[in-house]
Amino acid sequence: MLRRKLLKMLTGALPGLTILTDPFARLLAQDEETAAQELPLYGMGIQVDRCIGCGNCMEACKAENNVPPEPTHMRTWVERYVIDSNNEVHVSLLNSRNRTSSQIDEQRNVLRTFFVPKLCNQCENPPCVQVCPVEATFKTEDGVVLVDNERCMGCGYCIQACPYGARYLHPETKTADKCTFCYHRISQGLLPACVNVCPTQARVFGNLKSPASPLTRLRRLKKINVLKPSLNTAPKVLYTDLDGEVR
Amino acid sequence: MRKLPDSLVRLLIVIAGLASVVLCIRFLVLPRSLTDMELHKQSAVERELEKPIQFAGSGICQECHEDEPATLAAGYHSTLSCETCHGPAQAHIDDFEYKPKAPRQRDFCPVCHMYDPSRPTGFPQINPIAHNPLLPCIECHDPHDPVPPETPRSCEACHAEIARMKAVSHHVQLECKVCHEATNEHMLHPRAEKPTKPANREFCGSCHAEDSDTVATPHIDLKTHGGRYLCWQCHYPHFPEAS
Repeated sequence: MLRRKLLKMLTGALPGLTILTDPFARLLAQDEETAAQELPLYGMGIQVDRCIGCGNCMEACKAENNVPPEPTHMRTWVERYVIDSNNEVHVSLLNSRNRTSSQIDEQRNVLRTFFVPKLCNQCENPPCVQVCPVEATFKTEDGVVLVDNERCMGCGYCIQACPYGARYLHPETKTADKCTFCYHRISQGLLPACVNVCPTQARVFGNLKSPASPLTRLRRLKKINVLKPSLNTAPKVLYTDLDGEVR
Repeated sequence: MRKLPDSLVRLLIVIAGLASVVLCIRFLVLPRSLTDMELHKQSAVERELEKPIQFAGSGICQECHEDEPATLAAGYHSTLSCETCHGPAQAHIDDFEYKPKAPRQRDFCPVCHMYDPSRPTGFPQINPIAHNPLLPCIECHDPHDPVPPETPRSCEACHAEIARMKAVSHHVQLECKVCHEATNEHMLHPRAEKPTKPANREFCGSCHAEDSDTVATPHIDLKTHGGRYLCWQCHYPHFPEAS
């Protein structure tokens, strides 16, 4: 009699138990899945000495990601560095709407000059994620830093905290916005829009974990640098042929 | 053991009651979607993944267009994606009625190929003002196979870097032989016999001296300007604007 009571009670409690343990079970299942197919770790390589400053990447990014047209709102941009004979560094933004106009002024004492494409560095230790008071920005499993624009309240802390100036406040949604490596494209196996249109392969995209990705090949063949390595942000945007004056 | 005063016990009961109410709300009343960050992140990722695609990618064009991608892949423009020039083309794949742009105007190619000092050395550049004015680029160059049109090449065959630099300078109209004398022997054995260089100031002076009758060239007084130096020791003649 007692045993029957116990059994009845147990069968009754079983659904309740599964509800209680369900999150744990799901977490466990997720762990197994990730073990089965290892997630990629996305990164980008930028070959500075191949950039011709055409601005195609900036335009493609704006078209793909609904970035407002103003030159103050950029997910990726190209800087022109001019180092004069006094070793003074002049940095100017390449104008994407009127691309051919951004010329060097009649500076006759140019030592060297080059273009540097920039974007969110998708840091492994992102300062923007640390400062967000509502956890609206976060790092995905595959290494991309995203912004939850429904949770973001537009306080702008992350914009201040980013040492690379990669974030801006979107004028329509009033939330922080930044490069996502075109997350909607790369998850389908496409290249980010800027990499897709770059005419000189100055931008290289790939999986940092895969031994066969073009990015791994770049890391094997070239000397690699990152921007502001002293900040220990561990960027996943890797630069080759980077001049020491680039900040 | 001393008994706690009644007032303190009552206070403790009230605090315990408040705490249990707060904990109840936090863990039982509030839905998980409000408290669990993982769900938020998951929904943000899902929203990100749903965004529409504009650029179709480099591989898909060849499924219908056979000739152009094959030509492209064999030429100097092999690193370009179709959408670099033709613009975002996903709309064309969804609906063939939509035609991607095919830019033919003269101001399109200079976006990449106009001379710009910041561009890497050796990248083919032109000065759009001096380079066949008013003709659309496509008259001479096939953008899918942009071999320069067959022009007789002499000095440029070996001295391409100088030729490219001269092409965007004010000396673009001067032929090499105006300043250099190269014998046939130099073409056969370049190091055995070198071409000549202007050896005196009067040579440059024939255009740039005060008393020369050329127009639209800078004129200087040979007696006071530059002392005993030869002109090319300060001015680079292949790109005289530079120094």
